Parts: sequence; structure tokens; C-alpha cells
Amino acid sequence: MDRQTVQRTREAFLSGRTRPLEFRLQQLHALKRMINEKETEISTALKQDINRSQYDTPLLELIGIENEIKLAIDKLAVWAAPRPVERNLLTISDEVYIQPEPLGVVLIIGAWNYPWALTLVPLIGAIAAGNAAVVKPSELSEYSSLLLRALLPRYLDKDLYPVVTGGVSETQELLRLRFDHVFYTGSSTVGKLVMEAAARHLTPVTLELGGKSPCYIDKNCDIRTACRRITWGKFVNCGQTCIAPDFILCEPCIQGQVVECIRQTLLEFYGADPKCSPDYGRIVNQRHFNRVIGLMEGYTPVVGGQSDASQCYIAPTVLKDVPPQSRMMQEEIFGPLLPIVTVSDMDDAIHFINEREKPLALYIFCSDKKASKKMIGETTSGGVTVNDVMMHYTLSSLPFGGVGQSGMGRYHGKHTFDQLSHQRACLIRSLGMESVNLARYPPQDRRRARRVRMALRSPLIDMSKRTFIWAVTATIIGFGLFISLLVILLIASGLNCTCWYWRGFYNYFY
Amino acid sequence: MKRSPCLAPPFKIQERNLPKLELLRMSREQQAVACARKAFETGRSKSLEHRIRQLKNLKRLFAERQQEISDASKKDLNKSEAGTQLFETVGLEGEINLVIRKLKEWAAPRKVEKNLLIISDTVYIKPEPLGVVLIIGAWNYPWAVTIQPLVGAIAAGNAVVIKPSEVCVHTAKVMEELLPLYIDKELYPVVSGGVPETQELLRQRFDHIFYTGNSVVGKLIMEAAAKHLTPVTLELGGKSPCYIDKDCDISIACRRVTWGKYTNCGQTCIAPDYILCEPSIQDRVIEEVKKSIKDFYTENPKTCPDYGRIINQRHFKRIMAMVDDSTVAAGGDNDESDCYIAPTVLRDVKPEAKVMQEEIFGPLLPILPVSGLDEAIKFINKREKPLALYVFTANDKVIQKMVDETSSGGLLANDCIVHFSVSSLPFGGVGNSGMGCYHGKFSFDQMSHLRGCLIKQLKMEGMNSMRYPPHTMEKLGWVRFFLLRNLDLSSMGKMALLAALAVMAAVLFKMYLL
Repeated sequence: MDRQTVQRTREAFLSGRTRPLEFRLQQLHALKRMINEKETEISTALKQDINRSQYDTPLLELIGIENEIKLAIDKLAVWAAPRPVERNLLTISDEVYIQPEPLGVVLIIGAWNYPWALTLVPLIGAIAAGNAAVVKPSELSEYSSLLLRALLPRYLDKDLYPVVTGGVSETQELLRLRFDHVFYTGSSTVGKLVMEAAARHLTPVTLELGGKSPCYIDKNCDIRTACRRITWGKFVNCGQTCIAPDFILCEPCIQGQVVECIRQTLLEFYGADPKCSPDYGRIVNQRHFNRVIGLMEGYTPVVGGQSDASQCYIAPTVLKDVPPQSRMMQEEIFGPLLPIVTVSDMDDAIHFINEREKPLALYIFCSDKKASKKMIGETTSGGVTVNDVMMHYTLSSLPFGGVGQSGMGRYHGKHTFDQLSHQRACLIRSLGMESVNLARYPPQDRRRARRVRMALRSPLIDMSKRTFIWAVTATIIGFGLFISLLVILLIASGLNCTCWYWRGFYNYFY
Repeated sequence: MKRSPCLAPPFKIQERNLPKLELLRMSREQQAVACARKAFETGRSKSLEHRIRQLKNLKRLFAERQQEISDASKKDLNKSEAGTQLFETVGLEGEINLVIRKLKEWAAPRKVEKNLLIISDTVYIKPEPLGVVLIIGAWNYPWAVTIQPLVGAIAAGNAVVIKPSEVCVHTAKVMEELLPLYIDKELYPVVSGGVPETQELLRQRFDHIFYTGNSVVGKLIMEAAAKHLTPVTLELGGKSPCYIDKDCDISIACRRVTWGKYTNCGQTCIAPDYILCEPSIQDRVIEEVKKSIKDFYTENPKTCPDYGRIINQRHFKRIMAMVDDSTVAAGGDNDESDCYIAPTVLRDVKPEAKVMQEEIFGPLLPILPVSGLDEAIKFINKREKPLALYVFTANDKVIQKMVDETSSGGLLANDCIVHFSVSSLPFGGVGNSGMGCYHGKFSFDQMSHLRGCLIKQLKMEGMNSMRYPPHTMEKLGWVRFFLLRNLDLSSMGKMALLAALAVMAAVLFKMYLL
């Protein structure tokens, strides 16, 4: 069944109808309409999946998706156009450019924590790049995936962008088929399996995985504001965000203050009983609920800790003095538990971070610019936000992606377009000027080799129009200035003839 | 498995503080990788001065050791001295010069467009080293395809484990001897060996693997890399088609095709694999190719110093087996003891012929007659995406149609191979011909992690209240307002400048002319 769907998608792609930009723009406009018209249905589905509040849905997903669509529509002509590049002496009279091209059929495997954003943002890039796409939303966000399967064919070309639902076995079946790119968002364990499956067909992959994103709070900073921001980032979507601050690193002297500030902020955000707050989410299912509760075992939280299995509810929880070898520190929490691990200073924090796998995000709260720069310089991570959390995700011009165990490849904005295109190198020469080529033909000798050497070692020349215009303008201005300088000097030296000339000129007009 | 004396404890915590006994049990490959990782963790590969120094040393290697390099190439592939320079070392020199000149610019933080929400913050992309890169070279242009990625890897600040191809026996030996004499031997160890040694290397964990070779092994490499979630760049091959339009200067076209095809005895990943042309020009094409062969390699290519040999007996047999079911129009003679195959042209080849089933990688040039451009495009699209596509025509519309209706790693109109030497073009395959690209800045970017950095301040907390719970419709309205698409600050700046100039002009006009 899936095989036939993918076959039909490939045939639709080979028909060539995704190539014209008008078609791609039309599909993007249709997608925008879907997001705008069906916001209520999408919110309802998310409430049923993960108890997402009606405000969090547009805030966290739909506005971002709309933003991406607007950007793609606005910039598509620029992104898809041939990109001229610098030439060298050998190619000085040739046309040299990079032509972005569609890859073919892209498989997008979404995740359940932000089912719409993590499925549709890659889809936007796939459509913009001229690909066909098979969309496989996560079965854990059941209502959202069924809604997507119902809605997408009503707005987009249903042969080019089919939605395939199902669980693990359906996904495995899909991964046996051949695609031109696989875009996966999820866990590292499954990421390895996806890459292995893709290897059999030599399919390139983009893997947006996770990890434990550290959050370092310097003792000399506005701790109150820092904790407000961290609290928001941690407990939004009930901690089920790939770039949520996973754990805090701080010095023991400020630990108490951090805990207090978080406690106060939680009161402000979710009230005395977060269970009753419409803005506080739930864990997606029983299995994850049990997993997160299990991480807390043996530790007494200083804030929160209550839970209700029937509702998959876990209160916003903070734990202090957590030892690095605890279970909580061995895997990504992906839940509303915020452990605080104490370190002796920034260098200790850097050492701690570098001992572990490269995280998807790194957060640094520090007022000292030099110190933040040092931390950035001595660590690595997918992305960094200093003095806030998660915001680097919202800027389309920054490439969003992981490194090492947190993933490979990147997307958002133009980066999605580039990731899902083939950048084809094009060199258009002419059949003339054959004499230039003589040096490379056999019989080879030293003299010829020297000539070739000269040509191949020449620096790249920027023949773009802009440089040319600048060069011409600069020459004219330079010349103009030189002439005016001469004239001024002549006037200043008081040559009679010049004076006469100018006086006459003046008299003529006035 | 040899024991390497390179290492000394203590290791970093990631190596789990191995006791001395375990260290001795580590294979040579494991030790080289551990050594490189330890050296990388000292941080010395990161400074720009270090990277430039290493690159300058590499350049010295090619300046000082040209003779040894050429001698080894002659023994492996019967490459002439000038041929080695032309195809391998000169290109490398150009690449190293480019990198040295541009490194500061490439490694610096890169500005990006902002949106209203973060207009007062600092945003940039910071290129960072990945860690330990594995480069697996190939045997056909051993220096070019092993050292060029090495240049990019060093420039990006990585440590590199270099595994030259064992098939080019003499060159591999020269690489193993010379590289440690010029570049840091802990950061950039050379590990030689055959299939079992490569498999052992692939069991280790790297931060990037760069492989040049064939698709079959490419799949195995990617599968091995998947176990550690290691990103890969695969420079593979395929059958690069060459379409000759009847509307073009056939004599010049054939000269260029002949050069591209028979250089290195056809053992080039981007050699024109086969020709597609209309039946009416087939005879002329064969004539011209024969003429060019005679010009380049004399009547007896076997005695010509510029004509190469097949790398070994196995490949010789593989190529000769392909000739069976096709008609030889030129060449065809061979000598197994010398691994010599004459420059050969095959005519009226059918798509089902043996020579059309796999990449030839040898001096056989099949010509397949097609009825025109459309049939050629259909033929190309039915097959795997090639590494390169060549089209010879005087008609721009034909070229545009080829660009629009086919796909390939790269496309070159009216010449062969030379797109490899343009550092500003990304060189790489698509589909079965590979993934990722390199050359020039692309090598640097491919072997770096481009880290998105957003530096905010702890002020202006009021702005953030629109995202905090408890949520209201009003707050949401503000979010919608601020998350407009990115502002084009440069065009706003230009408009502001224009406005200022207009005001100044108006003022001057008013003051002096009225």
C-alpha cells in the first residue's frame, strides 16, 4: 500500500509539474490558507494529543509555520535562481554558476511534541525546492496525524504530497523504499536506524535529534530574569521540547536563589496548582509518564514532584544537588523535571559539558560578554542562545540543527531550501578559444605544464555585476575628483585666463 | 596489526581511563584514532596560525618532493611527470593558496539577517571544527582526492586520520613516509592497509567521514557511519554521459572528449563514460576521435610516455570483458602483462551491451546513436544520476534544455573535466553518484559545524511577557506582530541613505541655486 503511494508520488514528480515556480508558490499559498482556516481544528487536535493550550498552539507552532511560508513565498525566485560564482583565469569568458535543483521524492518523518511545526516546516522547504514529499507524522500524536492526513490532500496536490500514517512497522516499511532525501526528527536511537536504512539506497539524510541541553547560570548575573526565561523554556509543552534547557549548572552559592526564583515564576505562570492551569500541558502517554517518573526515583524535589497517572500529569519539578551519575543525568529528560547540578565555576561547567555528547542547544546566562564568548569558544553544540532559551530557533536566518549525537544537517528559512536541493555546478564554455587548451593536451612537456600551472594557480576573480559597476563608478568618481582638484588648484593659483573664464560664466547667468 | 608507539596515557575521561594492558590490546587503527582525538582535545588544531602553518608545510611537501611523487605515480599508473603535475599537484597548490588567503574570512563569525524581535541582539553563525575526520582516498588521482579534502579538514581546524588507497601501492607508501615529515603526525596520522584495516578503522568513532570511491563501498561506509551518527561525504561515480549535438564544431568537441576520456587511461571519476549522438554524425565523431588519439598519443600509444596503464590485472580483466558484445571502431589491442589497453572506440553500442551496465573506468569509449536531444534526455533520465554530464553544442537552447530536464552532480558544456578545477564550484554527486560536496570554501564548510549563535541581554524583560503564561489574546497579537519575516536591513539602510542624500540635495539646491 505504501509502496504504491510512493510509486505514485515518484511518477507525479517525474511528470515535471513541481518545476515551475508558479506551481510551488501556489502550493505554498494553499498551505498558508490551511494553517489560517483550520487553526481551531488544529488546536483541538493538539489539546487531545498533549493538552496544549489554545494560545500555545499558535504561539509555538502556527505563527512559526506561517512565517516560514511567507519567507519562502517572498524569496523563492531568489533562492531558485542560478547563483553565479567567482571565476578564475581559465574560465574568465565562461558562464559559471550553481543551479539549485529538486532532489526528487523526500520522506519527512515528524515527531509528536510539535507535530505540525516539525512536519510542515520541512515540507515547506521541500515544496519550495521543487520536490515531491511523503509526509509521515508521528503516530504518538494521534489526533494531529489523522487531522493532517485529512487536511493536506484538500489543500495540496495529493499525488505529490501524500500523508502516510502508521506506527513502527509502517515506518520500517517506508524506510525500505528508495527516497532522494530522508528528513527525520526524533531520538538518536531511531536516528541511527533511519541512517542505516538510508545508507542502503545512498540516500542523504537530515537528522534533527536531541540530547541534554545544558543551561549555565553565572553567579554574577540578574538571576531573577534568567530564571524567568529558563522556567518558561523548560516547562512549556510540559518539558517536551528538543531544545528545552535540560539541566542547570550553577555554583552552589546561588543554587538556593535559583530555586526560589523558579518557584516564584512558576506561581506567576501557572498559579498555585498547575494542574488547574489551562496553560500547563500533559505528558503525551503513559509510557513516557512512567519513564519520566522513573528518572526522579530516589530524589526529593525541592519544588513540585506531584503527579497524577490518570491524567499523565507531572507538576513542574525542580531538584537540587543532583549527582552527575544519577539516572536523570544519563538520558534526555523530555519532561518537566529540572535538575540543578553544582559546579565550582565556569571552567568546571565547560569541562562538564565537554565530557558529554554534543548537545542540540547550549544556554549561557552571564552578563560578562568576554566570559560568554569564552564558553562559546571552548564548547560546541548545535546552537547557542546567551541570556535566553530557545530563541535561536525562531530566527529563520540561523541554521537550526545538531552536531554529533544531536543530529546532522540543518534547516529553517533558506537552509531548508538548500538542504533539500541539489546544488548543481554548471560551467558553460564555448567551442572557441581552442588554442588556450593546447597547453593541457599531450604530448606533455615542462613548458606546457608551466603554462597550465600559471592558469590554474590564478586567484579567483569576482566578475559579478556589482563589482564591475563599483569599479566603473569608482574610476569615474576618481577621475572627476582629480579634474576638480586640478581646476581648484588652477583657480587658486590665480591664473588670469581661468579667472576671466569663470567671471564670464558668472556674468552670463546672473 | 602493528603496534603504534604514538600514545602515552593519561587519556581524557571519554577514553574511560584505559589501563596500560588494554592500551596494548588496542589495534593500530584504534590507537591512531585515539591519538588523533587526544591531540584534537588539546585544542592546538584550532588556532588559525597552526592551520596556516600546516598548510604551508603541505605546500612545501609538493615543492620539495615532486620527484618522489612523480616516480611513484609512474610506477602505479604510468603517469608522466608532467601529467602528474597537471592533474594532481598543481591543482592542490592552487587550492592551498586559496585557503591560506581566505582562511581568516571563512573562519570568522558570519552575520545573518535579523527580525524585529531580536533587532538589538548579536546574531551570527560560527564555524567550528567537527573533531576527528577520516579521509579515505582513491587510487586514480591519489594525491588530488586524498589531499584536497585534507586541506579543507585542516583549514576547518579538525584532526584527520588519512587512509590512502592501498591499490596505488607506491603512492600510498610515499604518502605514509612523507606526510608525517611535514605535518603534525599526531593530529594527522596516516594509516595504510587494505580492506581489513579499513573495516577496523570504520568501527571507530569519527566526527566526519570523507570517502572517494565506488557506490558499493559507499553504502557500506554510510552504514558503518550510521552506527555512530557520523555525517559522511561520499564522492562516488557513475556513467557520465556525453551528448554531442550535430550542430557544433565536431572536430573540437571530439578533441576535448578524447582528452577527457583517455587521460589517466580513462580512470577518472568524471571522465565522459559514453557518447550519445545522432547516427548521421557517428562516423565523423569516430574519425575525429581517431585523429585526436593519434595527435595525443602517436600511432603507437603503448610507447607514448603520456599514455597510462590500467592500475592492476583485476581491473584489466574487468574492462576487457566489456568489449565482447560491441563493435570496435578504433583501438582494441591490449597487453595483459603490461596492463595496457589501447584507446578504444566502440560503435553502434546497444543499451543492453555489457559496456553500458557499469562505470567503465577504462579507455573504452562507446557511442550510442540516439534520434535527437529528446531521446538523449530520456535515456539519461532513465538511469542513475551521474557525477558529471557533458553536452557539446553551439546552441544555447540545447544547453538550457539539458540543464532543466536532467540532473547530475555537475554539468559542463563544451568541454570535459575542467569544472573540477574551478574552486568556486561545489564538486560532488547526487543520488548514486554521491552526497556532499567540496573544493575551496565548500570543503571548509563541509568539515565544519556551522553553529547558530544568538547573544541576548538580560534587559528588556518586558518584551518577553507576551510569550509567558497566563496567555491572553492580546499577548498573542503582539507575538504575531513581532514575528514578522526578517527585515531586510540592508535595503532599509540603502533607503535611509537615499533619503539623506535627497534631503542634502534639496538643501543645497535651495541654498545655492535659488
